[in-house]
Amino acid sequence: MAVNARSGAITYSGSGSSVVARPHRHKSISYEKWGYFFIAPFFIVYAVASLYPLIMTFIYGFFERYQVLGQDMHNEFIGLDNFRQLFSSPDVARFAGNTFIIWVVGFIPQIFISLILASWFTDLRLKLHATGFFKVVIYLPNVIMAAAMSFLFWALFGDTGPINQMIAERTGSIFQFMVSIPATRLIISGINFLMWFGNTSIMLMAAINGIDTSLYEAASIDGANSSQTFWRITMPLIRPILLYVIVTSLIGGLQMFDIPNIMTRGAGGTDRTSMTLVMYLNNFLSGTRDYGMAGALSIILFVVGGVLSLIVFYGMRDKDAVKADKQKRKLIRDRKRGI
Amino acid sequence: MRLRKSIALIAAVALSIGVMSGCTPKEDSGAASAPTAGGKVLNIYCWNDEFRSRVEKYYLPEHPLPDGVTISWIVTPNADMAYQTKLDQTLPGNVTAAANDKIDIFLVEADYAAKYINTKYAVPLSEIGITDAEIADQYAYTKQIGSDEKGVIKGISWQAAPNLFLYRRSIANLVLGTDDPLEVQKSVADWTTFENTAGTMSASGYQMVSGYDDTFRAFSNSAEKAIVENGIIEVPKAWLDWVDQTKLFSDNGYNNRTRLWDTAWGAGMAKDSTVFGYFGPAWFINFTLVDYSMANAEEGIVAGNGSIGDWAVTDGPAPSYWGGTWICAAEATDNIDEIRSIMRVLCTDKAIMKQIATDPGVEDYTNTMSGMREVADSDYSSITLGGQNPFPLYTAVADRIDISKTISPYNQLAETFQTVMADYFSGAVDRDTALENFYTAAREKYPELKRP
Repeated sequence: MAVNARSGAITYSGSGSSVVARPHRHKSISYEKWGYFFIAPFFIVYAVASLYPLIMTFIYGFFERYQVLGQDMHNEFIGLDNFRQLFSSPDVARFAGNTFIIWVVGFIPQIFISLILASWFTDLRLKLHATGFFKVVIYLPNVIMAAAMSFLFWALFGDTGPINQMIAERTGSIFQFMVSIPATRLIISGINFLMWFGNTSIMLMAAINGIDTSLYEAASIDGANSSQTFWRITMPLIRPILLYVIVTSLIGGLQMFDIPNIMTRGAGGTDRTSMTLVMYLNNFLSGTRDYGMAGALSIILFVVGGVLSLIVFYGMRDKDAVKADKQKRKLIRDRKRGI
Repeated sequence: MRLRKSIALIAAVALSIGVMSGCTPKEDSGAASAPTAGGKVLNIYCWNDEFRSRVEKYYLPEHPLPDGVTISWIVTPNADMAYQTKLDQTLPGNVTAAANDKIDIFLVEADYAAKYINTKYAVPLSEIGITDAEIADQYAYTKQIGSDEKGVIKGISWQAAPNLFLYRRSIANLVLGTDDPLEVQKSVADWTTFENTAGTMSASGYQMVSGYDDTFRAFSNSAEKAIVENGIIEVPKAWLDWVDQTKLFSDNGYNNRTRLWDTAWGAGMAKDSTVFGYFGPAWFINFTLVDYSMANAEEGIVAGNGSIGDWAVTDGPAPSYWGGTWICAAEATDNIDEIRSIMRVLCTDKAIMKQIATDPGVEDYTNTMSGMREVADSDYSSITLGGQNPFPLYTAVADRIDISKTISPYNQLAETFQTVMADYFSGAVDRDTALENFYTAAREKYPELKRP
């Protein structure tokens, strides 16, 4: 028998067995509370700065609530009237259409270019040099603030901008880009494309790098060409990430605001054809600050965004794991029934 | 496992959508509070540096602030109603705000002055200690804009803003054969002759005005009614007259199809431009026009620097005013002594106000009827205007300004109207669609209003 002076533990030594007796206070040390402690700041800030406004927005959606000429708030519960008003006018559908057109025109070239770049940069046989440099270059437009980018293009394509100076030198007259409906939309889509194709490329590159290279080696030994490996190996295996990219871009597109707002000086362009849903929402909050209508529109956006998030959530699940999980539960059920 | 997944799902959805939600407003505290003295920070809310330059040049040198008192300028741009939103968010909490954060002075513009003057957030001049006798020499229309519905004066202005027609002497000489203001006035005396002259200008390769909005104030100030009356938005006939003439001008190439404050609009003031004229008051000439006219900003305001000196003013087709800034003391201010002193010096001291009107590079039209008549009779001459003394014309127009029919807290709808109508002028939509778009946009801004 030996007594450890420091811990007070008494060790009994015998042939083939040893028993350690620990003092009681050492029995249940829990580090769990420190985990909660360290993540608490995020949840507190989130609750105050994000969750509370979110809940209030839902409540306001059912109220007629606005300030008349900067004076006291007019506040009255009106049920679904805000929604009725929103859906009875063609505006929500129109602005949703604008938002979708501007998004899709920017997104199609974005996903196309990103896929090409990602497959080139990760191609084992091409062995491109200085990919790190090019990755930085294509990502750079995303580092610039969207507002600054918009101002740059606004100045470039303005009536007195350099583009129009070149046009005037050749044709003698200017082209008003900000008056033409397709030109305005195309410029906004172009900025979206320019800002996001690098980001998408890098995400897709990460996805492709995650694929086991032995698959490509095996395919090339079997005589597959690069388009076959792309369509039969790369595409199926990056499908979840591709879906993620599409849906996050769609949600980002749904929230499109700063670029079209600056390009059209908040007016939504000619006949409001470049006005997006969030610009429309912002309209309610400038001037009289109509929290009711803005809240109702936010709820609609929330539902649409929520549905899109659900799609990505279910789309990204591992199909095999889900199948195995289902089988396991079926087994348990069957066993309970006594089969 | 499943529970954790659903928590992750809820968190992901809430986070991704959270950014869409609006912010919550502060509730009105309700209690009124009288102005006091002794505050250490004089907070001034404004939208540009015009008032600041006046205070720093004409007030502070002779009237230093008491020891320990400092001025804090809180500048929010006017564009997109950002400044008003700032006031709307801050004024209701002024009573309970910490002493150093209280708004003491806020400035308002003519178009929306009534919105704030009619609230308790603006303190009556009588409570500040400015008497009616002290402002007897001010233009009646400036006092009317500064008064609430009961006639209590709460806003005071150092300037008046009579609008004149500004034109290029060189183009007038080439096309009309004279640059003499009295002779040129005959070619722009009313809207019919104005249109005919625009045709003559166009035939010689010049544009009568730069863009769509230049003539707007000259039309709208003569309107028979305000844009909003009894809670109903209805476009006055004078506004529609502007629409029809501007459409004609745009289709015939009488203007450059630009919009107010655009770079292209201002480029029409440069030396080699083909734009004949603009409309504007004194602040426009000396705050905006000189900037666009100078070819070399470092050379300053000297004749021959760009188009400086090639301008002249004449009455134009209709008397009008454009803008102007009113000073209001905020409810619960703790700097009443400084406010009284600033208002008194800048807005009622005739000697200072005459100096503001004639100091080179300042040359604002100030709010003293007798003082302005004295400048009109003096040998003052403007370098920008090629040696012309514009004050006789200013005073004549200022005496004729009548706002009684058009005053409304909703006059900023004029900006919405101009923006929306640009689609009609450019040919994108027809007139009815453009008007429909205006009513829609107006009701988004002011849901409490009805349409006809």
